[in-house]
Amino acid sequence: MHAPVDPSPGGAAPHPFAKPKTHRETYEFLIRQVLRAGTYSVLLAVGLIFAHIIIKGVPVVFTTKAPFINTNFLTKLPETLHVIEDKQGKIYETSPQGSDVIKKELGGNMRSEKTISYSGGGILGPIVGTALLVLVCMVVALFLGIASAIYLSEYASHGKFIEGVRLAILNLAGVPSVVFGLFGLGIFVLSAPVLTDTPHERSLFSIPLGFTYMSFQGWDTCVLSGAFTLAFVILPVIITASEECLRAVPQGFRETSLALGATRWQTIWRTVLPFAMPGILTSSILGIARAAGETAPIMFTAALAFKDKLPWQGDSGFFGIFTQSVQALPYHIYTIAARIPQSEYSERAQYGSVFVFLVLVLMFAITSVLLRRKLRAKYQW
Amino acid sequence: MVAAPPAPKKPVSKPAHHEPSAVTPATPTAEGVISVRGLDFHYGTKQALFDVNLEIPARKVTALIGPSGCGKSTLLRCFNRINDRIAGAHISKGQVVIKGKNIYDDDVDTTQLRRQVGMVFQKYNPFPKSIYENVVYALRIAGVKKKPVLDEACEHALKVAALWDETKDRLKANAFGLSGGQMQRLCIARAVAVRPDVLLMDEPCSALDPIATLKVEELITQLTKEFTVVIVTHNMQQARRVADLTAFMFMGQLIEFADTTTIFGAPQQKKTEEYIRGIFS
Ligand SMILES: Nc1ncnc2c1ncn2[C@@H]1O[C@H](COP(=O)(O)OP(=O)(O)OP(=O)(O)O)[C@@H](O)[C@H]1O
Ligand SMILES: [Mg+2]
Repeated sequence: MHAPVDPSPGGAAPHPFAKPKTHRETYEFLIRQVLRAGTYSVLLAVGLIFAHIIIKGVPVVFTTKAPFINTNFLTKLPETLHVIEDKQGKIYETSPQGSDVIKKELGGNMRSEKTISYSGGGILGPIVGTALLVLVCMVVALFLGIASAIYLSEYASHGKFIEGVRLAILNLAGVPSVVFGLFGLGIFVLSAPVLTDTPHERSLFSIPLGFTYMSFQGWDTCVLSGAFTLAFVILPVIITASEECLRAVPQGFRETSLALGATRWQTIWRTVLPFAMPGILTSSILGIARAAGETAPIMFTAALAFKDKLPWQGDSGFFGIFTQSVQALPYHIYTIAARIPQSEYSERAQYGSVFVFLVLVLMFAITSVLLRRKLRAKYQW
Repeated sequence: MVAAPPAPKKPVSKPAHHEPSAVTPATPTAEGVISVRGLDFHYGTKQALFDVNLEIPARKVTALIGPSGCGKSTLLRCFNRINDRIAGAHISKGQVVIKGKNIYDDDVDTTQLRRQVGMVFQKYNPFPKSIYENVVYALRIAGVKKKPVLDEACEHALKVAALWDETKDRLKANAFGLSGGQMQRLCIARAVAVRPDVLLMDEPCSALDPIATLKVEELITQLTKEFTVVIVTHNMQQARRVADLTAFMFMGQLIEFADTTTIFGAPQQKKTEEYIRGIFS
């Protein structure tokens, strides 16, 4: 039965480890090359995108003279760019106020004036808006996401219903983001409850609470509405990732903690969560980077194409950071790239914004890695 | 199916339906004693324990031995109701009476129960925290906040676990820096820190090397000064070395329960004898 068999039937076998003469090797080789080609083309595409953005964006954000950074671009609000050309062909780029001064100076020497919307000034408004949206979204999404992940994996008993819930959450990930935008418009902008003494007339209904009214009139277009909408866009990612991280916590920890007289929540709070948190945060931050880049969900709920005030400069003061509408980077990029006539000036503003956005997302990624390292060091395992 | 085993040596009380007053703290062995009465245990539809009757005396080491899958862990885990976690696990008949109370009664709070019936697991599993925080975990859970109380409990528990000299200078260090044997002793310290009456151990040495095993065994015999110890072991030498009494289980049934010397020297049951002689293992 197990008598030595000639390893290569039909051929002389010089030694027992001789390669069988088949096409297997060629086949292996081909497969390997196909896989490699796939990987390299992805790399190439990523490289091209980044190179394009960097080549076009760096000259806008950085300058050749000290302080080497175009501070105006990062610290001023967007405004209309005026480009004036005099009869000698000299070109002045200026703000709306500056254009009057220059026109007066030039007098009859002016040949032409062009205005390019949104492309002058800087992009502080969009940066601040995106930062606020992302921060509030992060708080909301982490809270809701971790809470449901804990419930699903630690409390709920396994069954058809829970499987259904999981499936529904996964399907949520396939919903187009513009649908989330409309959902946010319907729910948060137009019908979410607020406490107010004077319910709006478009309020769906209001419940008198004695000292004030709870009116279902929506939160209006504001950071809060946008952040909640964005939170729902990334919830599937966060819930799924958190559940995975919770599952990765050894069962032994839970059992030990319970055996020491801990309740279920004490076990989760003191043992399971500290262990799972680094993973949850890392995977969530990637989801949050996605939220930062979403345009459709905030178009109807939080973002304006143009706004000449920072959120805290409005009537509501500091709380404007929640209750005011804002500009946001992705929407700003969309506006400049697709909603106004193209020119070299609008392109400049566009790539500058894209570059800044890329840097912000990169910073997010780095933060997540550092955070993970730090937590890992604290709870070495 | 094996016939129901004859009643083990002596103080076995009659199974189930027994009026609880029969075990009042008045009886000499009542303190810290566990009595299992006619226990039938199921994992879903699979029955794992069949009519188990057992009286575990206080301040002694009682070993549960038997072939793999015979239900040793299941029985042990019935004593602190940690089996409650497993979906479908339930008791269909019988009682586990600890300190005169059936712990499966509806009015028993499992967290209180587990404070008095501690458990040490097979795989040493300190939490990813400092040595100190590991030891005082159960106290913090119980709401103890005062640092002197915690410090005192920590020192006492580590001394009980014979770990104080090795760790007193690095209480704040992460517990994962300890050796395997030290970690298991830390787990024992963690379990005794709330001063339970009973300490359950499920193969506490099976993940340890021989020297660490000897240390832990030495410790176990010391533990009877304060605790009633129930230990599951696969290692019969170990049972011989540490246990005052030994229970032999087979296919979910308790076959024989007697002094360790009797079980290993002159077992009454044929199955016990066969197992001891190594037919099953
Ligand atoms: N969670 C569970 N669900 C279903 N059946 C289980 C479960 N745990 C144990 N069992 C079954 O119950 C029986 C007793 O298991 P138990 O773990 O108590 O055996 P054991 O004597 O501790 O074995 P070992 O020496 O291998 O640890 C076995 O047949 C096992 O398959
Ligand atoms: Mg076992």
